[in-house]
Amino acid sequence: MKRLLVALILSVLLIGCTASQGGAPAASNKLQLKGSDTELQMFAALAEEFKKTNADVDITVTGGGSGTGIAALINGEIDIADSSRPMKPEEIEKAKVNGIEPVEFIIARDGLAVIVHPDNPVGELTRAQVADIYTGKITNWKDVGGNDDAITLYGRQSTSGTYVYFRDTVLKADYASTMRNMEGTSAIVDAVQADKTGIGYVGIGYLTPEVKALTLEGQNPTDKAAVASGAYVLTRPLFQYTKGVPAKNGPTHKLMLFQLSAPGQKVVESTGFLQVTSADAAANEKQLARIG
Amino acid sequence: MKISEKHIRIFFQANGILSVLVLAGIFGFLLINAIGAFQTITLGEFFGTTWNPTSYVQPQWGILGLLVGTLLVVAAALLIAVPLGLFTGLYLSNLASPRVREVLKPAVELIASIPSVVLGLVALLVLSPLVASLFGLTNGLNALTAALIVAVMVLPTIASLSEDVFSAVPDAYRQGGLALGATRWQVLRRVILPSSLSGIFAATMLGLGRAVGETIAVLMVAGNALAFPHGLLDPVRPLTANIAIEIKEVVTGSTHYQALFAMGLVLFIITMAFNVLAELVLQRHMKRLGA
Repeated sequence: MKRLLVALILSVLLIGCTASQGGAPAASNKLQLKGSDTELQMFAALAEEFKKTNADVDITVTGGGSGTGIAALINGEIDIADSSRPMKPEEIEKAKVNGIEPVEFIIARDGLAVIVHPDNPVGELTRAQVADIYTGKITNWKDVGGNDDAITLYGRQSTSGTYVYFRDTVLKADYASTMRNMEGTSAIVDAVQADKTGIGYVGIGYLTPEVKALTLEGQNPTDKAAVASGAYVLTRPLFQYTKGVPAKNGPTHKLMLFQLSAPGQKVVESTGFLQVTSADAAANEKQLARIG
Repeated sequence: MKISEKHIRIFFQANGILSVLVLAGIFGFLLINAIGAFQTITLGEFFGTTWNPTSYVQPQWGILGLLVGTLLVVAAALLIAVPLGLFTGLYLSNLASPRVREVLKPAVELIASIPSVVLGLVALLVLSPLVASLFGLTNGLNALTAALIVAVMVLPTIASLSEDVFSAVPDAYRQGGLALGATRWQVLRRVILPSSLSGIFAATMLGLGRAVGETIAVLMVAGNALAFPHGLLDPVRPLTANIAIEIKEVVTGSTHYQALFAMGLVLFIITMAFNVLAELVLQRHMKRLGA
């Protein structure tokens, strides 16, 4: 009993120590980022690098999908929404009704890869074929030059920006209802590397040697130059939406300046994504100018 | 002020009433949030076959495909768990030596304390490849894998309750049977089982209520496709999984938000109905045995 008591007191002391060491920073220096799973690794790396010079800012980055982040921004729960798709006009309307004006920044560029099992003989598809496969018009690999196997579709859930981007730009129609809806991008990679008849779509940052990225319209997403120049057809901007115009020299403003600076963009590249284009940079400059 | 008998009684009464209030509160909360959905969605649409509220073309609000997904998983899970649970209960109450029972019963009940996300991981990494190779599929994300893991989850409920039911059979019944020259097996089959039937039914219903509500483990292995399921080897998207997936992206107060609450209401009514049924049957059963 006595020993138990000592142990208890010790553990309470220890917890107290770690808590005071961590030190709760002032509330205004807390930043909550939420949204895209595609961008999760990138923003976690950016936050870590940023904290090296801004130790007083406490940043939490969580995923859940672009739709999740945008909904949280509209509901006023977070400071910045990470999104791999632009906000829809009706979403911006809803935010404004709640007194929140989302301000758009483009932090990086991403290529979207269509992946299959390495043993799949199909190595190349056209954009139209990809669309027909995902809308359910083509259901067997032999129709696109592969084995006589039924195609198993893997995709993200409707909370995902990648789900919406892929549907709106490639399919321009609803997904086949037989598509398995996976929890995240890694789940798609895992499923496709285990399923010889599978097909999936993932950001190029998530490509592994265990899956094969298909060549689309003559270009392969593993060719960084082709993705950067836009020769590869599935490239997209990756966004962040701030909760209103950031306060001058506030944590959001500082984080944004860092992310768009040369060292910030280096971090973007190190996580497998591409730097913003000069057009993106110009758009970002305009938004930053609003801060003053 | 002196604490009298009366104060104590009021205190305990308040505690009792609290759970009723919580129940009514949750029901009211669901109802208020759900009811707005039906300003935009007709009942006919709500009970349609296709669910796709974020469609590229036009939102569709039919929950039948998801409901069938839920029922498919639950039915298959019970088909596995009920016999297993009953045999376990029979063994524990009638055949096991006291020492074996002392170890086995807590062990069975401990299954209930495994977090369901852990069971989901086991299902994803072990069961799903197993199901795939057994049935010659390219992947094991389907209703059957989900049913298997749900069966594991409801097993303790059914086993433990049926053990209680079998133990409640008065000793006089058993002794009477044996005295008439019946074998142990004959007593089990002709005396104990028949006098426990309604209790077994109640245990099954309680297991069913648990199975309907299971979410995370199911979500991890069911495949979650929106297509109307045609068999156990098809991917399904049970109601619980659908709510868990979509509640994250909905804007508070939108039609989609309200529709998910309406779906929650449907789930609530289903589990409530089965639990009430189980409770009624169980009460009658115990009274009859006691008499």
